Amino acid sequence: MSKLDSKIPEGPLKDKWTNYKNKIDLVNPANKRLIDVIVVGTGLAGGSASATLAELGYNVKAFCYQDSPRRAHSIAAQGGINAAKNYQGDGDSSYRLFYDTVKGGDYRSREANVHRLAEVSGNIIDQCVAQGVPFAREYGGLLDNRSFGGVLVSRTFYAKGQTGQQLLLGAYSAMNRQIARGKIEMFNRHEMLDVVIVDGKARGIIARNLVTGEIERHSAHAVVIASGGYGNVYFLSTNAMGSNTTAAWKIHKKGAYFANPCYTQIHPTCIPRSGDYQSKLTLMSESLRNDGRIWVPKKMEDVEAIRADKLKPTQIAEEDRDYYLERRYPAFGNLVPRDVASRAAKERCDAGYGVNATGEAVYLDFQSAIERYGAEQAKLHGIENPSKEKIIELGEKIVEAKYGNLFQMYEKIVDENPYKTPMMIYPATHYTMGGIWVDYNLMTTIPGCYAIGEANFSDHGANRLGASALMQGLADGYFVLPYTIGDYLSDDIRTGSIPTDTAEFEEAEKNVRERIDFFVNNNGTKSVDYFHKRLGKVMWDKVGMARNEQGLKEAMDEIKAIREEFWKEVRVPGSADGVNTELEKAGRVADFLELGELFAKDALHRNESCGGHFREESVELDGEQKGEAKRDDVNFAYVAAWEYKGDPRDAELHKEQLEFNDIELKQRSYK
Amino acid sequence: MAKGMTSVTRKILMALSGFFLLVFLLQHCAINFLSVISPDTFNEVSHFMGTNPLIQFLLQPVLAFGLVFHLAMGIVLELQNRDARPVKYAVNKPGENASWVSRNMIITGIMIFLFLLLHSADFWFPELKVKYIDGDMTGMTAEGHFRYYEELQHQFHNPIRVGLYALSFVFLSLHLMHGFQSAFQSVGFQHNKYTPIIKKLGTIYAIVIPAAFVFIALYHFINA
Amino acid sequence: MNLTLKIWRQKNANDKGKMVSYNVTDISEHMSFLEMLDVLNEELVAKGEEPVAFDHDCREGICGMCSLHINGEAHGPDRGITTCQLHMRMFKDGDTIHIEPFRAKAFPVIKDLIVDRSAFDRIQQAGGYISVNTSGNTQDANAIPIPKADADLSMDAATCIGCGACVASCKNASAMLFVSAKVSQYALLPQGQVEAKDRVLNMVNQMDKEGFGNCTNTGACEVECPKNISISNIARMNREYLSASMKDD
Repeated sequence: MSKLDSKIPEGPLKDKWTNYKNKIDLVNPANKRLIDVIVVGTGLAGGSASATLAELGYNVKAFCYQDSPRRAHSIAAQGGINAAKNYQGDGDSSYRLFYDTVKGGDYRSREANVHRLAEVSGNIIDQCVAQGVPFAREYGGLLDNRSFGGVLVSRTFYAKGQTGQQLLLGAYSAMNRQIARGKIEMFNRHEMLDVVIVDGKARGIIARNLVTGEIERHSAHAVVIASGGYGNVYFLSTNAMGSNTTAAWKIHKKGAYFANPCYTQIHPTCIPRSGDYQSKLTLMSESLRNDGRIWVPKKMEDVEAIRADKLKPTQIAEEDRDYYLERRYPAFGNLVPRDVASRAAKERCDAGYGVNATGEAVYLDFQSAIERYGAEQAKLHGIENPSKEKIIELGEKIVEAKYGNLFQMYEKIVDENPYKTPMMIYPATHYTMGGIWVDYNLMTTIPGCYAIGEANFSDHGANRLGASALMQGLADGYFVLPYTIGDYLSDDIRTGSIPTDTAEFEEAEKNVRERIDFFVNNNGTKSVDYFHKRLGKVMWDKVGMARNEQGLKEAMDEIKAIREEFWKEVRVPGSADGVNTELEKAGRVADFLELGELFAKDALHRNESCGGHFREESVELDGEQKGEAKRDDVNFAYVAAWEYKGDPRDAELHKEQLEFNDIELKQRSYK
Repeated sequence: MAKGMTSVTRKILMALSGFFLLVFLLQHCAINFLSVISPDTFNEVSHFMGTNPLIQFLLQPVLAFGLVFHLAMGIVLELQNRDARPVKYAVNKPGENASWVSRNMIITGIMIFLFLLLHSADFWFPELKVKYIDGDMTGMTAEGHFRYYEELQHQFHNPIRVGLYALSFVFLSLHLMHGFQSAFQSVGFQHNKYTPIIKKLGTIYAIVIPAAFVFIALYHFINA
Repeated sequence: MNLTLKIWRQKNANDKGKMVSYNVTDISEHMSFLEMLDVLNEELVAKGEEPVAFDHDCREGICGMCSLHINGEAHGPDRGITTCQLHMRMFKDGDTIHIEPFRAKAFPVIKDLIVDRSAFDRIQQAGGYISVNTSGNTQDANAIPIPKADADLSMDAATCIGCGACVASCKNASAMLFVSAKVSQYALLPQGQVEAKDRVLNMVNQMDKEGFGNCTNTGACEVECPKNISISNIARMNREYLSASMKDD
């Protein structure tokens, strides 16, 4: 257990980061030139870290599998980014953001990290505005905020429904400046396939050039993994098609502990699946829940009529609709946190009330918002006794201004007009709170190997609040890692550049080559996707929104069986000396097949319900909260960090006990 | 010519020379129209234009240069643009996203240039010969009155020539349909309120000016 | 529905490449275009053939990775969307669909339908940024109020996803819409003013160096742009360029 030192600085919570920064070892500017850092992934975390490290003077080598760093999946985040600026004067503060994040995470995150996140959140907004990120503004020219994801203040900054895109393009522009200066060497269309450990320290990576197929050795004094989450283990998720766990899994296999893999966020407002061919799920911003009301029919005959296309949802009378979130959670209503909203949708659909052919959809209805806004507008425009049509016309305009692009996207995909008929939504895998275990410095259990952004486990506990992923990615990359990495690198100023012609690189490259050779030469019968889909189904059915002991045990065995079959039967056409998309997928799915089993194992061991992890065995049995998730703080208030021991099921558990000195642990209640 | 310039510079110069030609065209049309209203005024103005040293030795070369520049630059741009896509699409539907006129400025432009050769052979070269080779700057016929109106009428006796002129003005019209508003876009003029007006104005210009020229030709053909 | 696909196949950058015909059957109208290609690729893999390589990633129309010139138009016949959001309901049973890579000298084909768009990155590196170092001490985000109208216009320009449809559909393979969108985003904000002159000059220079064609204002780019970026941005860039070239150093 000695290895799991979280290195949380001493002192009062609010001073920890400031004091720590003051005492940290620094690298002098002339010496930074002598130090190389590899950053894998160019999303918000990797992009901002690359740019900032290069600004500081380090030589950065950045890698992404896409054709440009600008395409990392952070770009798809829609809703916004939280920051405790208190521009709206509604009582927000760093402490409140910290508190909301810890509470929202169901008390499974590390206090010190979260407080630091809240402290630097304001700087992020300043930095991004200085970079030219066009955040939404009010008529007075000041920044606009909205309330987001079940918190009581308006602290979310946004750029239409494309906040992630704008923030990423900001980080990308900062990177571009450094690429032009030669301080970042950018490796597009490269995939990291292993980390190289020299004398116990991360000193480089093996990467495949996805265009030429070449296997390349890259060395550095530190390696930063910013490769995002592992939601694609479910096959269907809102992640990009290429999002993968390979970089994270490779470092795990070389000694980095994997923490809380079972903490996965299932996002409530996604477009439902329409058929077996489906390749991914599309998320619609949670901001829709600010104005949309979620319901299913009360009567089973209405459900059946809707599925048979004999009845339209608009024909169902108000009293025959079950606004189940408003019913179950009167205090928060449609704005309950994501995990709660998702489970409630699943509960209704499992009970048979799903409103589409697959039985996995609920309505998100804007009718009352349109009418409310319309009436308000009519008053503002001085229209006396407006007709219903006029009110709806005015109301639709307001809704369009707020959510126009989302409505358009929905209409393109589903071919229904959401202004006239309620949207259909269903939860989908969206974000993984679990990830590589890191200490306060964001360093993994491999010295010199860091994990930032979604790839690490640190800040969101068992559930992430809306608009906090962007905040964490940028906080890690702009404001945390660039400080903390200096503390480690200050010992490396005399090391000189790391040679790549050593036995360690040789060995790592050999392993990578062997695996690639295996894939292209294995005359199997089944495609990579065939296995990925099967894995996804097991994960969704047994390690999805609700989990139980029996299902999890089955899942572990089934995943193991799929993995074994995969290594026998997988077929990868083509060769390794050029673009080979099947080969890329094969490597990624092979890692998902290992991760999936560890995921199930973690879920099995955590016999409590917390955040996104819901164990059917752990619910409140009576009282007002009957049926709600029941956390077990006595036995499970720790981070489960798994050490790789060969087979995923043999992984060894290390516990980092979570201490809450500033926050009292309570049951989350949204009633 | 286009070396050392950026694509934006080339584009702006194309627009500026286009603007200049638009103005020229307007005044040319206005003077020609005088021939319909009053042959005498037409003669006087023509004589002024043909003999005023400022016009002859400053504006005329500038015009010639502007024309040649606009044409040459157009050809250079076309060649560069073709080079920018060495492998063509097997199936392409350019009509789905851009008008025919905007995509074929080089065709309409070259047709206009061919017309200008004919037109110069009809009017300009003889003028130059009379004035600067024969040295007759009087603008008078042997009978002692201005020759301009007569020459004009004479040219439009021939129905084939009138037909060719009319056809050429169709090309001119097509060229202007895109060229007029495009020139404003090129120099960076974009305005929510005024750009739509300019587009309308461009369409009017592209119809009225060529139509007026055709009308003048037909008028003289019929009245001759 | 059943379809005939005619797809550009090219082994690598040096291969000559040709159109190859495939048939797909039982395609649902609810499928996205790329899911239809997934179906084809699954069949090809089952036959031991190499699947068609195409770029794609987020499949929700924002990353800009997917491309494809479909039946003569960038991102296909629908408007305001990328290929990944194109749905098969836009096609009819029995249709023949031509699928080609985005074509431009500056976008060389890497394999099949994958092209190299790194020219766009290099243009951005030439000046598509504001030179501000990361620190906790940049001025407060609300220190400079920015008129909402300017911020909104800047945002409209900034929504460019860098997919290259503008280049692909321009008869001249010009990149003006892409470049002007970035120039406009910064030109409309006070933060962007300090470096405005160098930015527009450098980005235009780089654009030319990459071998893109000239803009002749046909407007095809804005019609095919999946994010509806307006060519008024090109006018703005021309204006910026004009004033930058006149400014004394």
